[in-house]
Amino acid sequence: MADAPDGYILGNLLLFGRLLRRLGLDVHVGRMLDAIRVLEDIGLERRGDVRAALRTLLVHRRDDLPLFDEAFDVFWRQRKDSTSTMDLRSMGEQRRYRRPSAGPPSPGREPDDSAEPADPDEGFDRVDLTRTFSAREVLRTRDFAEFTPEEMLEARQLMASLQWDPGLRRTRRKEPGRGHGLDVRRTLRHNARFGGELVRLETRRRKEKPRRLVVVCDVSGSMERYTRMLLHFIHSLYAGLDNRIEAFLFATRLTRITKHLGQRDIDRAVSEVAKAVPDWSGGTRIGDVLKEFNFRWARRTLGWGSIVLIVSDGWDHGEPELLSREMARLQRSCNRLIWLNPLAGNEDYEPLTVGMQAAAPYIDDLLPVNNLAALFDLADHLNSLSQSRPVRRQQTLQTTEEEAPIVAASAPQQRSWHAGANPTFRHPLWGRGEPRNGA
Amino acid sequence: MDETRTGSAPASVDELQQALRGELYVADRALAMSVYLALTLKRPLFLEGEAGVGKTEVAKVLASALGARLIRLQCYEGLDVSQAVYEWNYSRQLLHIRLLEASGNVDKAAAERELFSEEFLIKRPLLQALDGSEGPVVLLIDELDRADEEFEGYLLEMLSDFQITIPEVGTYTADEPPVVVITSNRTREIHDALKRRCLYYWIDYPDLDKETQIVRSKVPQASQKLAGQVAAFVQELRGTELYKVPGVAETLDWTAALVSLNETELSPDVIDDTLGIMLKYREDVQAVRGEQMRALLNRAMHRGTQRGGRRG
Repeated sequence: MADAPDGYILGNLLLFGRLLRRLGLDVHVGRMLDAIRVLEDIGLERRGDVRAALRTLLVHRRDDLPLFDEAFDVFWRQRKDSTSTMDLRSMGEQRRYRRPSAGPPSPGREPDDSAEPADPDEGFDRVDLTRTFSAREVLRTRDFAEFTPEEMLEARQLMASLQWDPGLRRTRRKEPGRGHGLDVRRTLRHNARFGGELVRLETRRRKEKPRRLVVVCDVSGSMERYTRMLLHFIHSLYAGLDNRIEAFLFATRLTRITKHLGQRDIDRAVSEVAKAVPDWSGGTRIGDVLKEFNFRWARRTLGWGSIVLIVSDGWDHGEPELLSREMARLQRSCNRLIWLNPLAGNEDYEPLTVGMQAAAPYIDDLLPVNNLAALFDLADHLNSLSQSRPVRRQQTLQTTEEEAPIVAASAPQQRSWHAGANPTFRHPLWGRGEPRNGA
Repeated sequence: MDETRTGSAPASVDELQQALRGELYVADRALAMSVYLALTLKRPLFLEGEAGVGKTEVAKVLASALGARLIRLQCYEGLDVSQAVYEWNYSRQLLHIRLLEASGNVDKAAAERELFSEEFLIKRPLLQALDGSEGPVVLLIDELDRADEEFEGYLLEMLSDFQITIPEVGTYTADEPPVVVITSNRTREIHDALKRRCLYYWIDYPDLDKETQIVRSKVPQASQKLAGQVAAFVQELRGTELYKVPGVAETLDWTAALVSLNETELSPDVIDDTLGIMLKYREDVQAVRGEQMRALLNRAMHRGTQRGGRRG
């Protein structure tokens, strides 16, 4: 069976490879040669073998396996008629967007900004830079929900100017530098010329890398007035942090939007998410959503000391117990859990909703996101985070009745979290008279 | 194809599958195919899958089936050249310097050359794997997802031409490239550039039949009945919502525990007592224990007897 159908198989194999590439699989050209060699070797008698061989040769991502199988079935099916290419077209629907036609939107301009018709004479891509300082001040403190399209555009520019720096984490890798570890190798090398006398000691220190940020944003009905600005906010985070963020949206279900952020216009991403979420403006089930996050994504996104930002008003229609449990779990698996609540900007706000009450014990920082000033404060806050984990009260699980002692951990350098801008809400830990600036 | 393969390499997929079976490893034909191709094409094999589905085992079993030396590199964050490739034996170097001093004649250049010669080199797994003088080698790079990107980059370079350059000594090249097996638990995505150089196989949890077979071959003391029940229960357990789904390793541990407790079949009490072998999170244990466990057991027993009936 070795070489009988050579030309025929060769042609089909190359066609198949091209099909896979069209479907978005990363098919390695050189690998096609291997495939040909291999099929000569193993023969074509057993369809299962051919499939297994091509699969292991041509696919290298788990997510591509189902697509490959489908393509294989369609392409290499028993020939009843010879019009197999027709069916392939329907599969094109599943093609993933690997190379988007449009680049990332530049932060300053926006093709279509809003549902409202634009002013007839002025385009939105020009902003009047002669606005007075006081006008900017007004903009800073105006609630996002009250923005006009022009203000939104200007706000986006201001946002783009924000500096985001969620701090560094120490990795376990070492690099030459001032540190405590002796770099024996370099020491010996550099001192060999002194005849074995160790004159100068070289040291190593821990290498540091920037932390990653994970944003989980509520886009349910109660958040509607803020959704647009929040998405812009996430987008500016993405740009400002050099792609080191993961972003998710949710109403009742969780949708990952990270890949949309860099490649496409944010507004289009929003409409796509709107399609994916059946009850866009419906109720919120934060507990279920966090559970889904914990199950599916936490392991893959929180591995390296990430900071989690949850953006929600806390109007939750799910079970509070579930929310508590999942919040506890989430907090345990991240470096810092920050909850951004647009309502928290209000002077009289108190976290009284059932959802906020259930979540509160597990939040490291509760901050407002209702206007630009709040975003500036958030940026300041992130930039000033200390490297260590925040001090947390040890929580017992809801399901058990055993008592766990409250850990009076020494608070090394708990930073004051907020430059006094919003004294009405206190951090849950400090609210109980915990030490603020070290024990 | 070239005929320079080592004598013990299997000539066909069937033969390989048999050989693996001989080492008590129950491999799908598709997995056997991947391994076979990795051997014939001399390419690294990249195995991905959840924890405990037997990825590491493939390398071990393959090594003994081929009569090859298994060299294992366990990855972790911060893994660097001195742990993965080579390091200088500093204490011996220092000692040597003292000896040179004592003998009185120190020729600077010669001393340095001597100090950084192969004699003072400690070979770590990757470098060891290039040395085929003691027979064929299976190199297992375990849990690559734990290492950081820097190491991945290094590995990419090494896997492309199987050579390692040590500035002070020279370049080591493998006469016969080792069989390379890389595993990942997929806690993060490995870079495509690396995966592209490898053959890829996703190992799934085994189905009921296969898992029963595995239990039977790995824990022969367990009766057919117990093995079937255990496998069926674990299958049901995997269908429930758990933070950490039990793998095959857990199944085997559990069976071994049941055997050593002289249990011949599953009962709710026994399961309650030994659930900690399967489930490694407190939340999971609490969720399953009691009512849900009974329901699972019921379904498992039902499935088990159905299966048994069909077979008998």
